[in-house]
Amino acid sequence: MSQMPVAPDLVSFSGVTKTYSGITALDGVSFVIKRGEAVCLAGENGSGKSTLIKILAGVERPDRGKIMFSGVEQVALNPRLSAASGIKVIFQDFSLFPNLSVAENIAFSAEISTGATWFNRARIQTLAAATMKRVGVELNLNAPVETLSVAHKQLVAICRALATDAQLIIMDEPTTALTEKEVRALLTIIRRLKADGVAVLFVSHKLAEVLEVCESVVVLRNGKKVADGPASEFDAAKLTRHMTGRDVASAAPTPIDQSAPELMRVEDLGKAGAFESVSFALHQGEVLGISGLLGSGRTALAKALFGLVAPDSGSITLDNQKIVLGDPLKAAAAGIGYVPEDRLTEGLFLLQPIARNVAIGRLEAHTAGGGMLNLQSLWGETADWLKRLKVKAANIEAPVRSLSGGNQQRVVLARWLARGPKVLVLNGPSVGVDVGSKAEIHEIIAGLSAQGLGVIVISDDLPELLSTCHRILVMKEGKIIDDVAGNAITEVDLAHRLAS
Amino acid sequence: MEHQRRLQTFMSTLIASPEARLAVIAVLVFGVMAALSPDRFLSAQNMTSMAFQFPEFAILALAMTLTMLTGGIDLSVVGIGNLSAIIAATLLTTYASAGLTGTDALMWYGLAFGAALLVGASAGLLNGVLIAVLGLPAILATLGTGLIFTGLAVVLTNGSAVMGFPAVVAFLGNGLIFGIPVPLILFAVLAAGLSFVLTRTGFGLKVQMFGANPLAARFAAIDITSMLLRVYISSGVLAAIAGMLVMSRANSAKADYGSSYLLLAVLIAVLGGVNPYGGYGRVIGVVLAVLSMQFLSSGLNMLGVSNFSRELIWGALLILVMIINTRPDLLNPFNALRAKP
Amino acid sequence: MMDVIRKNLARNETLVLLVILGFCVLAAVSDRGFLSVPTMTDLLRGSIVLTIFAVAAMLVLVSGGIDVSFTAIAAFTMYATAMLLNTYAPGVPWYLAILLGMLIGATLGCINGILIAGFGLPTLIVTLGTLSIFRGFMLTFIGQKQITTLPPGMREFGRMMMIRGENADGSFYALPWAFAATVLVVVLTWFILQKTMMGRSIFAIGGSVESARRIGINVRGTQFFIYVYVGALAGLAGIIHSSMARVANPFDLVGLELYVIAAVVLGGARLAGGYGTLSGTMLGVALIVLVRNSLVVIGVPATWQSVAVGILILIGTGLPAWQAKRTAAKAA
Repeated sequence: MSQMPVAPDLVSFSGVTKTYSGITALDGVSFVIKRGEAVCLAGENGSGKSTLIKILAGVERPDRGKIMFSGVEQVALNPRLSAASGIKVIFQDFSLFPNLSVAENIAFSAEISTGATWFNRARIQTLAAATMKRVGVELNLNAPVETLSVAHKQLVAICRALATDAQLIIMDEPTTALTEKEVRALLTIIRRLKADGVAVLFVSHKLAEVLEVCESVVVLRNGKKVADGPASEFDAAKLTRHMTGRDVASAAPTPIDQSAPELMRVEDLGKAGAFESVSFALHQGEVLGISGLLGSGRTALAKALFGLVAPDSGSITLDNQKIVLGDPLKAAAAGIGYVPEDRLTEGLFLLQPIARNVAIGRLEAHTAGGGMLNLQSLWGETADWLKRLKVKAANIEAPVRSLSGGNQQRVVLARWLARGPKVLVLNGPSVGVDVGSKAEIHEIIAGLSAQGLGVIVISDDLPELLSTCHRILVMKEGKIIDDVAGNAITEVDLAHRLAS
Repeated sequence: MEHQRRLQTFMSTLIASPEARLAVIAVLVFGVMAALSPDRFLSAQNMTSMAFQFPEFAILALAMTLTMLTGGIDLSVVGIGNLSAIIAATLLTTYASAGLTGTDALMWYGLAFGAALLVGASAGLLNGVLIAVLGLPAILATLGTGLIFTGLAVVLTNGSAVMGFPAVVAFLGNGLIFGIPVPLILFAVLAAGLSFVLTRTGFGLKVQMFGANPLAARFAAIDITSMLLRVYISSGVLAAIAGMLVMSRANSAKADYGSSYLLLAVLIAVLGGVNPYGGYGRVIGVVLAVLSMQFLSSGLNMLGVSNFSRELIWGALLILVMIINTRPDLLNPFNALRAKP
Repeated sequence: MMDVIRKNLARNETLVLLVILGFCVLAAVSDRGFLSVPTMTDLLRGSIVLTIFAVAAMLVLVSGGIDVSFTAIAAFTMYATAMLLNTYAPGVPWYLAILLGMLIGATLGCINGILIAGFGLPTLIVTLGTLSIFRGFMLTFIGQKQITTLPPGMREFGRMMMIRGENADGSFYALPWAFAATVLVVVLTWFILQKTMMGRSIFAIGGSVESARRIGINVRGTQFFIYVYVGALAGLAGIIHSSMARVANPFDLVGLELYVIAAVVLGGARLAGGYGTLSGTMLGVALIVLVRNSLVVIGVPATWQSVAVGILILIGTGLPAWQAKRTAAKAA
């Protein structure tokens, strides 16, 4: 063994620094990736992960530092050179073509790199089929990609990365959209790739699930490497501690008053193909968690509570008043608020000012005769709510896009809280939010509960559910299969019930 | 150095917003035209004649602005205008003889005007239902209804002009109040009204927010259907008013009047900085765009340039403004000097 | 089996085909002369120019853009070509006239290409602007009067007939060779779309420009190609139009662009890009031509023509939109 010649590391970074107009995004970062090795690159949003991906992909050039691929220094890396060296990035959105077939999506970039003029369908089919076989997946080659599930789209993206000679696959936030079962399937594929000698770099702020297939871990914070070492030395808690630089306590919430009156009652709610006979009650001040894997019907149920999905049967009663189903306007008027899962597309008007993003929920309340707005009271109230939720913004007339994920989420929360809702439905309240802001959002939830609001948290983030919810409903295949008290269950137990 | 820096700051402020750039363009065009033919361009006669000319298509541009703010478009405005005017004209020619004067004439004109507004509103409602309730893309829905409205106008009149109105009809398009042309007053009132609606009412804010992100608007519990219905009804009413103005100026109504105004209205709105994909646009920008266009075409007219070259210049102006809006750095000479290789 | 039927029924192409068949049955019942060679040649002749336009518009829609300037390119080209040849080279044969027209069209398309691919401006606004520019330039600097005496080459091309015949009543019917040019355009475009990387790239950028950039597709090059090709097609359509009409009228053609786009959308192309077929496009054109030419046959007065086309556009685009909306509501 000791006689084997030492092959140079596949990728080596030493002292890489990158600044954008004075702000240091990466500060003297060094690490190596060996052949056939899986590496976890963990860090909060804004820690420099995306800059690092861009440098590896050749999109950005570092200000200082040395990058070597297989022992050869890369002084003028560009996207084509990087791809030719076998570095393949799988972006979070997969960058696929929804209108093209699976085969074309897989083999298109390979064909382009050959510089072909003619489109050879047979060659494309062969290459796609061969790649899928190597990765061990089976999909209909001719199906348009838009008809595939998220997990299958990811498989297509992986196959595309592997269709041409790949040495390193970089996966940006690989597990956010996957169910636990799909993550298992992904890990199986990763093991296979590693056996083939392909290295994998996972980049994410939520990496506990992939730790088991990784050899080593690198943690970034504020552009600096703050920890690295063999994956066996890390667990979820340790990762979080390094990512945030502090311990995030996850204590169960303060129990609610047993005599709290019932606020909302959902009876026998059903929607063909999504969920059936869902019944539960929500009390004043109660935080109710609804969990389940993707496809368990949790998102459809959340939307149905707010009227975005029209149920086929059942009823929702709020304060003894039946709510008209399937109409968000009626639900909002009755006092239900909804913070959507995808903040960027569903929650925010990105290019519009921060203040307007909050005020849009309160236009009716500040309308005088003739439809005229009382601007003074509207902007006054808006500024007040932004202050109460501690939104850090230099100028509330700036586009909301300029805010960090955590602050953006608080803007959406402010919009709904300004309306004084009775029940707030939060779908994935801390998705894409850094760990520090996450704790603060959980504090806000606890505060709402103390004020007597009913809160429904839909999430698959188990520590989040355990630290915020008084009661947790577990959904599976459209039905509620479990109703457990939040303080009476451990994370492991809850995970088991979800996956069972 | 100090001088240069101050100039630089001034230039940056000047080119910061599309509206400021348009104001510069409007002033420049006015200045150049005034310099090229000072006696004629600056004459009271020319000023008045410009004020009579532009309001009819400028009002259509206001309608276009409103619909574009939602990310839609209204290609049926000319059809609606003509159909409304033809209905009003038919009412007048049927019930009010050309010699009619006094309160009787005024009453019939009022009724006819009311009918025109009603037709405009109903036509807009149809557009709104197709777009908001049935989910048709605005460009195709209003293309289709535009054909239908124009077609109905042809069917009603067999394609010929309706004429022979009482004298009161002429006032809207040709009258003066305190020496100011009535069309100009009408346009000013409508533009100020639209600006007020967009900036000071909940409806106006919703229009802009919906245009910026329709999906988020739905998740924010905005009453999208009623908002869109009101947008297209308003657009239809504005089109009907423009139709009545054209009818008054031409002293007749016909199915193919103002057919070049559709393109012009879209051009003006876009030139005025309205984002055709929705979410951004200010009435002041549209007003400045209208003025630039009018100064340019009147000035060129005086210089003896043919009518058709206006179309060429409008198109060129549109593209130029788009290039500048996309690459404002090209405009600042200091940036150009510092430009990296 | 039912699934296959339902899937096909949901497609625009099938719907349009059914409407065409229904229309033909109605027309044939109303007028036994409808199903005859002369009517068919009339309809085919009526669709020659529109089909070329529609193929061009479809390409742009597939790539995720929209072009409203192609009619102005066509008008500019036919007028400029007629003027140039009459003045400088009256003896030029028909194929060189066509080549010159396509060159002029491609040059104008090149301007669109530079503004769209080079400056990255939105397609609708650019083509709206160039529509005015091309038309304004032609009317200001080239001329405004109809050219009634076309250059001999163009006249000759207009008189070349593939099929010629005489009706029982002594009137003539004919199908010009220009029809073959349309067929060629369709075949060539099919080849580009299905057999070249360029064609597949057009679909790819229509599906997602960002993804296309990331996998190394030359997005600007592809866009540039599209607008130049569309310009050349529009130039060809312009020459054919004036050859067949035996006159070059600068006020012709402009105004058709939205009808053409409507026909393409009727045939299943999506305004959002990424989708569109040649077969659907041809069906869409067929329907519009049928309604424009043969409405009288089924007993609708000619004055109602534009109402009928309007209703057709509303139904043709409304049904799929309504279906999509219902599917979205059903899905959770």
